[in-house]
Amino acid sequence: MIMDEPVPVPAPTVALAWWWALLLPLVLILVACSAVVVDAAVGARAAGRPGGFTAPAREVARLLVGQRRRTLAADRLLWRAGPVVLPVAAVLAAVVIPLGSLPVADLGIGIVWFNAMEVLAWAAVWLAGWGPNSVLSLAGGYRFVAQGLASELPHMFALTTAALGAQSLRVTEVVAAQQDLWFVVIMPVAFVVFLISAAAMAFWGPFDAPIAGDLAGGAAAELSGVDRLLFLGGRWLLLTAAAAMSVPLFLGGGAGPLLPAWAWVVLKTGGVLAVLVWARRRFPTIRMDRWTEISWLVLVPLTLAQALVVAVVVLAQGGL
Amino acid sequence: MVVVSWVLALAAVVSGFGVFRLNSMARVTFSLLVSFLAVAGLVLLLGLDYLSAVIVLMMVIEMVVMAVFMIMYMMNPAGLMPMAMYHNKAGAMTISVGTFVLLAAGILLVDWPERRGAPAPDPTFALGRSLMGEQMLTMMTLGITLFATIVATVVLSTGRGRYDRLGDDLDSATADDPLGGGVGR
Repeated sequence: MIMDEPVPVPAPTVALAWWWALLLPLVLILVACSAVVVDAAVGARAAGRPGGFTAPAREVARLLVGQRRRTLAADRLLWRAGPVVLPVAAVLAAVVIPLGSLPVADLGIGIVWFNAMEVLAWAAVWLAGWGPNSVLSLAGGYRFVAQGLASELPHMFALTTAALGAQSLRVTEVVAAQQDLWFVVIMPVAFVVFLISAAAMAFWGPFDAPIAGDLAGGAAAELSGVDRLLFLGGRWLLLTAAAAMSVPLFLGGGAGPLLPAWAWVVLKTGGVLAVLVWARRRFPTIRMDRWTEISWLVLVPLTLAQALVVAVVVLAQGGL
Repeated sequence: MVVVSWVLALAAVVSGFGVFRLNSMARVTFSLLVSFLAVAGLVLLLGLDYLSAVIVLMMVIEMVVMAVFMIMYMMNPAGLMPMAMYHNKAGAMTISVGTFVLLAAGILLVDWPERRGAPAPDPTFALGRSLMGEQMLTMMTLGITLFATIVATVVLSTGRGRYDRLGDDLDSATADDPLGGGVGR
């Protein structure tokens, strides 16, 4: 009955050259490193110490030569798997983010792919918490699962709203749909909820309860040496990927005057990262029981209402 | 393509069988997850990239939640002691291997018909149109049934209702909750 309508033929895949896939981890690490250095410098200033710029490099060197901690009856396979999965998930999520006007892989379902790779962090953090056979570590892993359950629905609705506005799951088409007006203007609630839930997905403050000090480091409590580097570095990569994803989804991608597209993507990503770094220092860690209720009773209805408004606008404009 | 397909198929079967061989709840769960991820890869090879991504998304969440619940309900609260992951060993093994052999035999022996028609240019779009078009009634019925089941299960299983929270006349100013919650109800 509706087969007579024209069915959109998927656009031919245009993406960066294949060797960008090898560069992507380096680009992501570079951006994350800049954010780490800024964060360390801000931390040093807040503590009244001079400099602080070199602290991250020294910490990385220390972790690289550090010994692995051993615990009694650890599940070594799963314990090692957790910290490895985290950075891999971040890089895989980043393949759909346009680094300028083109992404490494312009998947037709880019937004779903991004979310699917993000949730690999659930498995990663739970595994890292489970592996060492340590109570505090396991409690941290459980906290992250609770946090993930609380933030996944608002996160998914925020992503859906952007896709709805562009009527496409392809990230480059979401960017193209923002030529006249950035989505942050017509869907501000979705943007804010995306940032909040992205911080929660990367267990970034104020959602750092899974690795908080009251659990002596939680899921990361028993991690040392290169495992710790992968885990905490992977967390930064995940945060960077999420911040970079907010640019094509809500901030018009590479659009901007004078500068080339890639420079605008870097600038906007840096701005979003700065907001996330500021938020961690500004707000105290929120408890899981509080956050779950806020998320389900406030954020889910808010994002649903936002999606409804966007859907009505799209329909009124003669969309599908 | 064919090689990748075989590798994924073998990975799916082997890690699926791992559920019977491994003796830790966490390892069993993640073995099953690897099996599902391999299946997602196979679905991707079929050109159904949306379904593939959704399988990854759903299965990672489901397996992690399942691990939490499995360990919570076991006699061995932290779940770190090795234990058999199934009961009725012989029966479970017979049923599983039997089902696998039956399905595999069916795949190999059935005289498959020739393909007619062509796949939709965009399978994701075709799927969405089908779900929101002809299959809308099915999906709505399914959704409401699932929702009613969830609500009924929670109502039946909760130990604390509104009278426990707000008093017999529901007139208490603040709810008597074991945990505070974040909205200040």
